Amino acid sequence: MISAFTLLLVYQLIGEVIARGLALPVPGPVIGMLLLFLTLVVRDGPGKELRNTANGLLQHLSLLFVPAGVGIMLHFHRLADEWLPLLVALVGSTFLAMTVTALVLRAPARRATREEEGR
Amino acid sequence: MNPHIDELWVYLSTTPLLGLTLTLAAYQCAWWLYRRAHFHPMANPVMIAVTVLVGVLTLTGTDYQTYFDGAQFVHFLLGPATVALAIPLYAQLPRLRTMAMPLLGALAAGSLTAALSAYAIGAALGASTQSLLSLAPKSVTTPIAMGITESLGGLPSLTAVLVILTGILGAVGARGLYGLLRIEDHAVRGFATGLAAHGIGTARAFQVSEQCGAFAALAMGLNGLITALSLPWILPWLNHLLAR
Repeated sequence: MISAFTLLLVYQLIGEVIARGLALPVPGPVIGMLLLFLTLVVRDGPGKELRNTANGLLQHLSLLFVPAGVGIMLHFHRLADEWLPLLVALVGSTFLAMTVTALVLRAPARRATREEEGR
Repeated sequence: MNPHIDELWVYLSTTPLLGLTLTLAAYQCAWWLYRRAHFHPMANPVMIAVTVLVGVLTLTGTDYQTYFDGAQFVHFLLGPATVALAIPLYAQLPRLRTMAMPLLGALAAGSLTAALSAYAIGAALGASTQSLLSLAPKSVTTPIAMGITESLGGLPSLTAVLVILTGILGAVGARGLYGLLRIEDHAVRGFATGLAAHGIGTARAFQVSEQCGAFAALAMGLNGLITALSLPWILPWLNHLLAR
């Protein structure tokens, strides 16, 4: 568990160094994720330990958003001032984006599933 | 007796222990409720835990900074957890190979829809320019979204709040929406949820299935990338167009 956790931190660190060094607009952990993914592709998958540690960490991914979420208390009056346009824009655009993405993907996904089953 | 309790409170409120314990306890309660509700999306654990914590902090007059001194240890784990998303993503490699092109098409369409429709709806209902600029990147994961807002001239801290609210909305509403659209494929559901509702949507997707979560993680990463690269170009142009 310790060695898998160290590995995750090392990839995050490399991602962070690349992001800062090249002044990329993407955060270090996202670059770390892409690098680890490429490593797994080259090395044919994660070991058991890495898989277990990742599962443990991701099982309660929701928990990790709570501290940032509580930050909402700093913005109550701003939200109160413009609540209607902000609320409608958030609800409308979130559902529109999910609808458009899902509809574009639906037909090709069906085809891909059929191909996989046909094999 | 009373002065001692006061001293104890003063001591506790200056150590990280309190913020950390409160966060975990609130999440435990939220998770218990979520499980009792058979993982119904309306009982979203992030939403419940945040509501409880905001209530407790407001009632005890504790400010956010004091709370965050303790809660930052939980917040820190977001970094390694993001890296760990590579593992479920790898498990979907065969599916990714057969669907690469459609995924990129859906990414472009969904990413533009998220940013431009938020901007357009907000503008139509008379939100201020600064709110509009802070609103546009709201479907993107927090650190990227804050960076984009900064380069657009909006308010990064307002963006952070709008991002969280978007994530909760997406996580709560996804199941109903896909039911309405008759979309059953977990890869499609996950990809659309991660694109529109970033990490909080991804967390919910993992609770549905591993495939759903992996595609959500993929969409979250890709949408962050493409929005960061495109929005700083598109939005000033759109602003200019609307101003005429």
